[in-house]
Amino acid sequence: MKIIYELCDICGTCVAVCPVDAITVSEFKVEIDNDICTDCLNCLKVCPAKAIEEGE
Amino acid sequence: MVKDRYDIVVIGAGPAGSVAARYAAENGASVLMLERDREPGIPVRCAEGVSHNGIAPFIDIDKRWIASQIDIAKLTSPNGESAFMYNNGVGYVLERRIFDTALCELAAKHGARLITKADALDLIKENDKITGVKYRYMGETREVKCDIVIAADGTESRVGRWAGINTTVALRDIDTCVQYTLAGLDLKKEICEFYFGNEVSPGGYVWIFPKSDSTANVGIGIAGHLSHEKGPKEYLDKFVARRFPDATITYTMYGGVPTAATLKEIVKDNFMIVGDAARQVNPITGGGIVQGMIAGRIAGKVAAEAVKKGKFDAKFLKKYRKEWDKTLGNTQKVMHSMKEKFLFMTDERFNNLVGYCQKIPSDKFSLKALFTEAVKGDPKLMLDVAKSFVVSKIKLK
Ligand SMILES: Cc1cc2nc3c(=O)[nH]c(=O)nc-3n(C[C@H](O)[C@H](O)[C@H](O)COP(=O)(O)OP(=O)(O)OC[C@H]3O[C@@H](n4cnc5c(N)ncnc54)[C@H](O)[C@@H]3O)c2cc1C
Ligand code: SF4
Ligand code: SF4
Repeated sequence: MKIIYELCDICGTCVAVCPVDAITVSEFKVEIDNDICTDCLNCLKVCPAKAIEEGE
Repeated sequence: MVKDRYDIVVIGAGPAGSVAARYAAENGASVLMLERDREPGIPVRCAEGVSHNGIAPFIDIDKRWIASQIDIAKLTSPNGESAFMYNNGVGYVLERRIFDTALCELAAKHGARLITKADALDLIKENDKITGVKYRYMGETREVKCDIVIAADGTESRVGRWAGINTTVALRDIDTCVQYTLAGLDLKKEICEFYFGNEVSPGGYVWIFPKSDSTANVGIGIAGHLSHEKGPKEYLDKFVARRFPDATITYTMYGGVPTAATLKEIVKDNFMIVGDAARQVNPITGGGIVQGMIAGRIAGKVAAEAVKKGKFDAKFLKKYRKEWDKTLGNTQKVMHSMKEKFLFMTDERFNNLVGYCQKIPSDKFSLKALFTEAVKGDPKLMLDVAKSFVVSKIKLK
């Protein structure tokens, strides 16, 4: 999964629905660890800012 | 000076964390709060609506953090019919930025410490036992030891995962939200508004919470499993273009509200979890400020008692679970299964519901009165609601 940083608001919604804890957050940035990600697409579906797309 | 050991470390300084810190400190524990952001309460991810009765037990009402007082709620159904309800007691639209800070100040007054720009990275464990928190402060990695960690890290709820609790929310149990603060409006600041229906906001609602006669928080939450094709922003933009075509957007914010039941596990040895992180949110309204504060108070008191007695195991800390279920947790469970019904409600039924509201004198409005009216017109609703009670095996207070 890939985050489009121009769109991401660092709201944490994607983190709440990730079943494998592949997404980390800091004050300034959200990151997806694609080694852990299982491509379930939960994060992409709920992101209110449409800031997640498929691919690495 | 920040010490390297406290009885209790609270992660997250939102309403749940700061209230937990306050009650723990007030009852004799030494407490440190870690907050990732530069200031509690920002960025605001909230419509800022609360009831007077909800917050008054926790803090003296102060004009500094009240934007407006709400006396009337207006519900609008998909067919455009509206019903007005005078609230049971007044409500407020807050300035969360100032409110959250005021709660932290209160915690500090009772002896709790707060560090901002302190981002918790992980729990420290020794022989599998939680003994502290590793955090990042101004580019430096630090450690603090403690007997109890209270996770109050909001929707994302990663800290619970570090403790081995499954905090993942199902798609249908998260509302995906966008909110604009709008200026240049012509409103009555004592009326808040709600719009329902599958065209307007599938599985959720649009809200207008006025902050003055010319400004308001206008937002939308839609159910996570219904947001894939069209996101909340598209629905909100359509609503705003129709209702407030000339408004100026002064603030845009995204967020997620867990509308689930409370987590199955909210304590572990040396560990508790409160607020949005524990999914202690009203699943129908999405309100979590007061719920988080109530949970924080219970958790803080139990944690302080644990410190006094030197008992930090899950068995002792379960007192928090018990007390929470009795206070709100059981009711939340019922509300959650009622919400499941709302998720599948047709527009026609929303129209009926607003119709029933219209039949109740506005100053006599209560959920019970609405239920009585609704059952008269829609016996199947009775069956649905009855099922929610059976499923959750508990009674509403
Ligand atoms: C769009 C929207 C509208 C809402 N409207 C309302 C409303 O009108 N009324 C209402 O009652 N509720 C509303 N809510 C819900 C309400 O905002 C939350 O329920 C409430 O803020 C929960 O409080 P909390 O203390 O549990 O978490 P939060 O207020 O989210 O606080 C969590 C804190 O933890 C910090 N944190 C997270 N991770 C770390 C870490 N690793 N280290 C250090 N700090 C960390 C965060 O920075 C944050 O400050 C709304 C929510 C949204 C998204
Ligand atoms: S849900 Fe979207 S906007 Fe929110 S943090 Fe994740 S990627 Fe960013
Ligand atoms: S696709 Fe699924 S597993 Fe991968 S980051 Fe998103 S939610 Fe997590």
